[in-house]
Amino acid sequence: MPNKKVRMSTIFLNGIITENPTFRLVLGMCPTLAVTTAAINGVGMGLAATMVLIGSNVVISLLRNIIPDKVRIPCFIVVICSFVTIVQMLMQAYVQDLYASLGMFIPLIVVNCIILARAEAFACKNGVLASAIDGLGMGLGFTLSLTIIASIRELIGSGKIFGIDVFGGGYEPMLLMILPAGGFITLGLLLGILNSVTAKSAMKKEA
Amino acid sequence: MKLKVSTAPHVHSKNSVERIMLDVIIALLPTAAVGVYLFGYMAGLHIIVGVASAVLAEYAWQKLNKKTVTISDFSAALTGFLVALNVPVNAPVWITFIGSVVAIIMVKQLFGGIGDNFLNPALTARAILLASWPTHMNAFTSPSMFGTVDAVSAATPLTANYVSGASDAASSATSVAVNYSYTDLLLGNIPGTIGEVCKIAILIGFVYLLIRGVITWHIPVIMVGAVALFTWVLGGNEGVFTGDPLYAVLSGGLLFGAVFMATDYTTNPMTRKGEVIYAVGCGLIVALIREYGSYHEGVTYAILIMNIVTPLLDKYIAPKLYGRVKKNA
Repeated sequence: MPNKKVRMSTIFLNGIITENPTFRLVLGMCPTLAVTTAAINGVGMGLAATMVLIGSNVVISLLRNIIPDKVRIPCFIVVICSFVTIVQMLMQAYVQDLYASLGMFIPLIVVNCIILARAEAFACKNGVLASAIDGLGMGLGFTLSLTIIASIRELIGSGKIFGIDVFGGGYEPMLLMILPAGGFITLGLLLGILNSVTAKSAMKKEA
Repeated sequence: MKLKVSTAPHVHSKNSVERIMLDVIIALLPTAAVGVYLFGYMAGLHIIVGVASAVLAEYAWQKLNKKTVTISDFSAALTGFLVALNVPVNAPVWITFIGSVVAIIMVKQLFGGIGDNFLNPALTARAILLASWPTHMNAFTSPSMFGTVDAVSAATPLTANYVSGASDAASSATSVAVNYSYTDLLLGNIPGTIGEVCKIAILIGFVYLLIRGVITWHIPVIMVGAVALFTWVLGGNEGVFTGDPLYAVLSGGLLFGAVFMATDYTTNPMTRKGEVIYAVGCGLIVALIREYGSYHEGVTYAILIMNIVTPLLDKYIAPKLYGRVKKNA
């Protein structure tokens, strides 16, 4: 059981930095690799997951004393499914382009391990407000990571960021970066850089 | 690492990383010379840029990370050399630059430097360039000799073969279906990358490497043999056993890849049995990609795939330890 007195800001920052779902927990790799070909897709995917995460965290936190322990996973999935369906319909109604480019990956948010992990690890043990903030922090951490990866890939792979031409006409985009291999390479390099930075700062603290 | 077993009298060997790398560079010189002769001074520029950027990238990376600088072992220079020879002469020079830097930093140094890379750096760079800038990497021209400016873009022997083979799709293809003569293929009077065209120069390098004991004949010969066999079986337009093995062996980057790329010490198996499987695997994949794949040439991917299989081959074909007793005996 986490300490009840943990400050809300700590919970919030936990998702963005300390336990960043993409770069620290390495969860939700499927959408991370698949949709990050353009920055706008990264933002859209991240925000859609954030919406689901907040909603499911709140509802599961509210129901945490009613749900029998033995069938908790199916119950979580039902709650998550409902929110994914809501988000999917909202996106289909209001942001059709994004809906079209994310395609199959919106319904697949149901099986995104970040959401189930937060339900299991946080929401079913904590209060409603804390769970909502945890959902928001984790969601924004996910969004931030996806946007970083997607921006790098879009910049190198098509010379643009958020669809805006950065380099002008002379640049010849490195197609590999927006192919699947580019996703793996970008993620691997970013993880490597982050790990070496953390290792260095940890060594400084010890010294 | 290959251990050389020989009978007495033993002579102190000067085999070292530097010596081996230098020998491979020397073996590449005929190929490079013919490349420059056939494609003009731009080929020379590619080679200079490739070598220089690879050495500089290694130097910069090792300085920045406070590691021992190993540029004097010629391995970086060799990688840059190979990258440049894998590029068609009409590609812009920055392609070679990026290829060399990617090969050294991403494929070699990030995995721990010389001896620790699990893929052949130059080949990986080629695969990355091929996926990133396909138009530049496929901009082949017929050899222009010196001075000819108006180089004509042309199909490589494999592309030509591919087009003439696929009779249904032939009408839509822009390349002219020409079959090159065996002499042209052998002498290098064909479109292709800087290093792959002249088979005679490659063979001279091969013989030099054999004499110097840098490589053994197994991997190149078995790989080329496997390509010939599988092409004969699978290739051809009149069903099985009608393929043209000689054309397959002499076209594309097969000989270059088999002699200089597949034999890279770090990325091929340690045991002889492993080497045979590795070489047959390379040959089979080349034939499969050429016959059934959407690419006309598959040597790069074949060798890279078998590079990845190498640790498995080493694991399951470990030499038996002498003097061990069965566990449950």
